[in-house]
Amino acid sequence: MTKSVGTERRAATDPALVPAPRRAPRRRQTRWQRLGRDKMLIIAALPGLVLLVLFQYVPLLGNVIAFKDYQPYLGILQSPWSGFANFAVMFNGDPALLNAVRNTVVITLLQVLIVFPAPIALALLLDSLVSERIKRVVQSVLYLPHFLSWVIVIAIFQQLLGDAGLLNNFLRDHDLHTVSIVANPELFKLLVTSQVLWKDAGWATILFLAALSRIDATLYEAAAMDGASRWRQRWHVSLPGLRGVIVLLLILRLGQSLTTGFEQIILQQPAVGTDASEVLDTYVYNNGIVNGDWGLATAVGLVKGVLGVLVVFGANKVAHWFGEQGIYQS
Amino acid sequence: MTTRLIGGLSGSSVSARVVKGLVLAVCCALVVFPFVGIVSTSLATRAEVTRAGGFVLFPSKISFAAYQAILSGGVVTRATLVSVFITVVGTALSLAATSLLAYGLSRGRSMFHKPFLMVVLVAILFAPGIIPSYLVVKSLGLLDSYWSLILPVAINAFNVVVLRAFFMELPGEVIDSARIDGAGDLATFRRIVLPMSKAVLAVIGLFYAVAYWNNFFTALLYLQDLAKYPLQLILRTYVVNQAQIGVDQLGGTSGAALPPQEALEMAILVLSIVPILLVYPFVQRHFTKGVLIGAVKG
Repeated sequence: MTKSVGTERRAATDPALVPAPRRAPRRRQTRWQRLGRDKMLIIAALPGLVLLVLFQYVPLLGNVIAFKDYQPYLGILQSPWSGFANFAVMFNGDPALLNAVRNTVVITLLQVLIVFPAPIALALLLDSLVSERIKRVVQSVLYLPHFLSWVIVIAIFQQLLGDAGLLNNFLRDHDLHTVSIVANPELFKLLVTSQVLWKDAGWATILFLAALSRIDATLYEAAAMDGASRWRQRWHVSLPGLRGVIVLLLILRLGQSLTTGFEQIILQQPAVGTDASEVLDTYVYNNGIVNGDWGLATAVGLVKGVLGVLVVFGANKVAHWFGEQGIYQS
Repeated sequence: MTTRLIGGLSGSSVSARVVKGLVLAVCCALVVFPFVGIVSTSLATRAEVTRAGGFVLFPSKISFAAYQAILSGGVVTRATLVSVFITVVGTALSLAATSLLAYGLSRGRSMFHKPFLMVVLVAILFAPGIIPSYLVVKSLGLLDSYWSLILPVAINAFNVVVLRAFFMELPGEVIDSARIDGAGDLATFRRIVLPMSKAVLAVIGLFYAVAYWNNFFTALLYLQDLAKYPLQLILRTYVVNQAQIGVDQLGGTSGAALPPQEALEMAILVLSIVPILLVYPFVQRHFTKGVLIGAVKG
C-alpha cells in the first residue's frame, strides 16, 4: 500500500517517471491533465496518508505472527510457522483467558446498561433548561473531566474514596467503620463503571444536545396543543428525534465491546489483582509485551479485532432492518 | 435563585424545577469538588496535612513549598519538559498533516480522491492490535525515541473527516473567486481556507494537544528509559502507586525539610491538570461547531 502511494507521489512531481500507460491514447491525455491539475492536492494529502498507512494498515501485516512461533531475535520472517497452535491454546480454554473474557463481558454489559443511557437523560435535562446562561455554565463544567487523563481520574478517585482518602478519613474521625472501595476486587467493576461515568457522561451529551436542538419547535407546540404533558412531549417528540444518533452511537459502542479501557484498567490492576481486573486488552499486553508470549497474545488480539468488526457490521445490519440509517448505507 | 431561572418546555411545575436544579447542582458539585480538594491539599503545610490525615479541604495557611520542590530540577521537572515538548511538536505536526490531508480530500473532483478517502474512513472502523503496532514501531527503530510518542498517534482519522466536512461546507464562491484571481490549490488553502476555519482548527488542535499531554499508553508501551518518561507516567509512579518522593527525586532541596508527601503528590496532579484548564475556556465555546459538523454530516 505504501509502495503504490510512493509511486503516485513521484508521478505527481515528476511526469517523466510515470510508467508507459497501457490504456488508449485518448484516456492517457485526460489522466495526464487531471494529474497535472490535482498534483498539489495529492501532495498535500500524502504526509497524512503515509502516517495512517504506516501505523494503522502496516500493523495488520504483523498479525502474521499469530500463526508463527515468534522469536524476537529471529524476526518476523525467520520465525518458524506454527499453524494454528496459538489459536489452539486459546480455544482449549486457558483459565486466565476465560477469566479475561468474563471480566470483559461483565464490564461491557455494565457500561452499555449504565453508562450509555446516562448522557441521554442528562441531555434531556439540559435541553429543558430555559436559561441559556445556566445551560452553558453547566455544560462547561460537565465537559471538563473528559479532558483529564485516566491517570488523573484514577488519582482523584483514590484521593476521595481510597483507604487513606477523604471519605475514609471522615469516617475514621467520626469513629465509624471505614469502607474499602478502591482496592476491593469485589467492587472493582462498579468502580470502573463509575469512573467512566464521571469522566465521560457529560461530554457524551454533546451529540444528543445537538440532535435535540434540531428538533422542530412546532412539533412540541403541536403536541402541547393536543394536550401532551411535558413527559409525554419528551417521550413522543424528543426521544424519536434522538433515535438516529442513539442507534449510531450504540453501534459504535458495540463495536468497542471487547475494548474496555486499557489504560484505566492496567493502572488499577496492581491494587486489585488480575482475577478481578484482567480484560482482553490487558491479557494481550501482559502475555505479549510483559511475558514475551508474542504468538498467543497476537492471536487473541486478532480474534478480538475481527469480532469487533463483525459486531459493527452485524449491528448495522440489524439497524437497517429496523429502518434506521446506521453508520453507513448498504 | 437557580430554581427560579430554570424552567421547562411548557410550564413545568415548581417541584419539577426544584428537582431539576438539584440534580444538575449535584452533578456539577461532583465535578468541581475534587478539583477544590486537590488544589487545597497541594497548598497545605505539613501541620495541616497531618491534622487532616491526608486530604485538606480548606487550608488556613497557604504554602507554595510543594510546587517549589517539584519544579526545582528533579524528576518531575524533567518529565514536565518532556510532556511540553511532545505536546507542542506533536500538535503542530498533527494539525499540519490533518488539515493538509482534509484539504486534499475536500475537492471532490480530484484524482485518487476516492481511494484516499477510503483509507481514512476504514481507519476509523478498526484499531490496530497492541502487539502488531509495537512490532512496527520497533522495526522502525523508534523504541525509546520521543518520536514513538508522536508519529503513531499523529493522525486521528476521525479528525480528518470532521475537518474535511468543514472545508466542504465553506462557501464555494469564495474559493472559486480565489481561483479566478489566479491562486493555486495551495495558495487557496493558505490564504482562504485556513483563515476561515480558525474555530474548528482550534477545537481539533485542543483534541490533539490533550491527547499528547495525557498520553500514557504509547509511553508505557514504547519507552523503557525512565529518564524519558513524560508527566503521566511520573504521575502513575508517585501518585497512583504511591512511591515515596524523596530528595533524590526532587533535586536541589537537599538539607531543607521536604513538604508533606500528600502536598507533593497533589502538586504533581495540579501541574498535570493546569495546562488543560488554561486552554479549555478559550476553545470550549467552539466545541459544538467543531465536533458537530463532522459527527452529524460526516
